[in-house]
Amino acid sequence: MHLSPDEIIFWQHGFFKLNATIVFTWGLMLAMTIGAYLITRGLSTELKRSRWQNLLEIIVTGILKQIEDVGLRQPEKYLGFLGTLFLFVAAASLSTVIPDYEPPTGSLSTTMALALCVFVAVPLFGIEDQGWRGYLKSYIEPTIIMLPFNIISELSRTLALAVRLFGNMMSGAMIIAILLTITPFLFPVVMAVLGLLTGMVQAYIFSILAAVYIAAATQVRKPKPATNL
Amino acid sequence: MLIDWFTVGAQALNFLVLVWLMKRFLYKPILNAIDAREKRIAAELADADAKKAEAKKERDEFQKKNEVFDQQRATLLNQAMADAKTEHHRLLEEARQAADALSTKRQEAIKNEAQNLNQAISSQVQQEVFAITRKALQDLATVSLEERMSEIFTRRLQEMNEQEKKDLGDALKTASAPAIVRSAFTLADEQRAAIQNALNETFSAEIQIQFETAPDIISGIELTTNGQKLGWSIADYIVSLQKSVDELLSAQNKPKDKSKDKVKDKPKAKTKSKNKPIETESETKP
Repeated sequence: MHLSPDEIIFWQHGFFKLNATIVFTWGLMLAMTIGAYLITRGLSTELKRSRWQNLLEIIVTGILKQIEDVGLRQPEKYLGFLGTLFLFVAAASLSTVIPDYEPPTGSLSTTMALALCVFVAVPLFGIEDQGWRGYLKSYIEPTIIMLPFNIISELSRTLALAVRLFGNMMSGAMIIAILLTITPFLFPVVMAVLGLLTGMVQAYIFSILAAVYIAAATQVRKPKPATNL
Repeated sequence: MLIDWFTVGAQALNFLVLVWLMKRFLYKPILNAIDAREKRIAAELADADAKKAEAKKERDEFQKKNEVFDQQRATLLNQAMADAKTEHHRLLEEARQAADALSTKRQEAIKNEAQNLNQAISSQVQQEVFAITRKALQDLATVSLEERMSEIFTRRLQEMNEQEKKDLGDALKTASAPAIVRSAFTLADEQRAAIQNALNETFSAEIQIQFETAPDIISGIELTTNGQKLGWSIADYIVSLQKSVDELLSAQNKPKDKSKDKVKDKPKAKTKSKNKPIETESETKP
C-alpha cells in the first residue's frame, strides 16, 4: 500500500530516478501525441470530416469557449497551456480504467509540478499583457497594505491547486484500494466510475482555476453583454 | 515525504514538452482546419449571395424586358387594330363606291334601255303613222283630186314671187331638154293644157314640157327643170313632217343641258318646214 506512484521506483542513480509517475506520464504523453498525430494527420477542411476529427474539434473549441468565458481576450494564446493542463489531468484520470495503472496526478510531485507551472505562468502572462509595472502594480491594489496578502494568496493558491488535485486523485485510488479489501467485485466498480467523474471534474476545476488566475493577472476584459437571456 | 523534487522537476519538464507536443500535433492543425473550413463556408456563402444577387438582377432584367415586350405588343396590337379599322373603312368606302357606280351604271342602263325602247316605240309609231297617212292619202288620191291639185299647182305658179319666178324662168328658158312634170296619176289632157297655159302665161314664153307618172309622190305635181324644181305633193308634207319628228327625237336623246337651246329652236324649224311645203331648191349640177 502506497500513497503515491512516486514510491514505485523502477530505476535509480543517485538523484536521478525513474519512478511510476514519470513512466506513466511518458506513457500518457506518448498516447496523446500519437493519437493527436494520427487524427490530425488526415485533417479535412471539407464540410465532411471524420468522427475523430469531429471529437477533437469539439474538445478544442470547447476549451477555447471555456477560456473565453473566463474572460481572457485571446483564448488561442492560452490554449496551449490551459488546454494541455486540462487534457493531461483528464487523460490521467480517465486512464484509471486501465488495470495496474497509477494516475500520475495521484502524486503530489506531479500536482506540485503543475501548480508550479501555473505559479510561473500567471506572472509571465501578466507581465506579457501589462508590462512589468502594470503587473507589479496589481500587487499593491487597491492599497499598498494589500501587498503581503496578495503575495500570500499567490503562494497559497498555488499550494491549494496542487493539494486539491493530489487529494482528489489519490483519494480515488485509495478508496478503490480500500474497498477492494472490504467489498470486492461490484462496489469498487461503482467507485471507479465515480472516480472517473471526479477526475473529469478535477481536470476542469484545475484548468479553470489556472485560467481565472491568468485572467486576474492580465487585464480583465469586460464581459460581453449577454445576447441570449 | 510526499513531494519528490526530482519528480516535480521532471514532471514540470514533461508538462512543458507535452504542451509543445499538443500545440504541434493537436491545437494548430485543428484550429487551422476549422479556420480553413470557416473561410471556405464564408466564401461559399458569399458566392451564394453573389449568385443570388446576380439571379435577382437577371430576374429584374427579365421582368423589365418582359414589361417592355408587353408594352410593345400592346402598341403593335393597337396599331394593327387602328390599321384594320382604317382598312375596314377604306374597303367599305370602296365597296360603297363600287356599289354606287354599279347602281348608277345600272340605272343608266335601265334608262338607256327605256330610252331605246321609247325611241323604238316612237320610231315604230312614226313609221306606222306615216305609213297610215301615206296609205290613206294614196287611197284618197283620185283623178278628181289630181285635177284639184293641178289647179293648186297652177295657182302656185301664178303666186310665185318675183325672185322665184325669175330664177325658174331663167332655168326653163336656158334648159336644153324639156321640163319634166311628174304626177302620181296620168293627167287628163285639159289639165295638161291648163298647166301648159299657166306656165306659158307665167313666164310669157313657149315652155317645152314632158309629163311623167310617178306613184311615189302619192299625190301631187312636180316641175323639174335644169336643176330648178317647183312642186306640190303630199309626199313633201310627209317628208317634212318626218324630218321634224326625227329632229325632235334626236334632240331628246342628247343630254338635256346641251339640248336645251335646240329645244327652243325646234318649234321654229317645225313651223318653218311646215309652212313651206313647196320648196324651191337650187341644185348645182356639175
